[in-house]
Amino acid sequence: MVQWTEFERNTIQDIFAKMDYEVVGPKALARCLVVYPWTQRYFAKFGNLYNAAAIMGNPLVAKHGVTVMNGLDKAVKNMDDIKGIYAELSVLHSEKLHVDPDNFRLLADCLSVVLAAQMGTAFTADVQAAFQKFLAVAVSSLCRQYH
Amino acid sequence: MSLSAKDKGAVKSMWGKMSGKADEIGNEALSRMLVVYPQTKTYFSHWADLSPGSGPVRKHGKVIMKAVGDAVGCLDDLTGGLSALSELHAFKLRIDPANFKILAHCILVVIGAMFPGDFTPEVQLSMDKFFQNLALALAEKYR
Repeated sequence: MVQWTEFERNTIQDIFAKMDYEVVGPKALARCLVVYPWTQRYFAKFGNLYNAAAIMGNPLVAKHGVTVMNGLDKAVKNMDDIKGIYAELSVLHSEKLHVDPDNFRLLADCLSVVLAAQMGTAFTADVQAAFQKFLAVAVSSLCRQYH
Repeated sequence: MSLSAKDKGAVKSMWGKMSGKADEIGNEALSRMLVVYPQTKTYFSHWADLSPGSGPVRKHGKVIMKAVGDAVGCLDDLTGGLSALSELHAFKLRIDPANFKILAHCILVVIGAMFPGDFTPEVQLSMDKFFQNLALALAEKYR
């Protein structure tokens, strides 16, 4: 089981309590699709992804960004059993969506950049460490049911 | 994933905005890396103080960013321009190349925090490619 320090728990709860999922989700996913264009392979049905402006303005991308944040929210609310909470999601991403798990890491990196831009100096090294640890646990749990 | 003319333009432009704060960026990125990725501390066991913002960290942050600036100046031939640095990293320092990606990520996070308006997704794309190519040039002499 993952051991969380009090600082890590508080930091994660604090970050997500103050986060607007409707803003951060779309920004992070759009950024991922622009910075790592091969990730677009999973979104062929999303319509216009031809350039950065199109991606950033695409309503389906925005909607899915929010979906991703709501998925992360489940982990935030169950930090002591992210593995269990994500079992079904993991099967979905593996068996149905066929997503290469490396993409989860790419999206996680984009989330860090978006959060850094929002929080500025408040995104200290310790806060970044806690946030990235949380994302790493989420990613690892999402990978668990792959075979 | 080589640098297009557009990428090179974006890198030069972003560097133009950043270079005044290069030392601060270097310190922040290196400090951050040592905290967020503790395994990187193994390369600095010879430093008295590895805490964020310490003397050795600040000094080395400057060294790194100077090299980044030099790289911006030889975008058309990173391998050639960074040849001596590659030899240093390959034969003397022997840093596992996986760590270049880690430091690059930390630099990008710091740029994002310090220049939120300028660090658009498109700029991040070009900067990410730049650091990837820089890392490749740095690893050129490894084997």
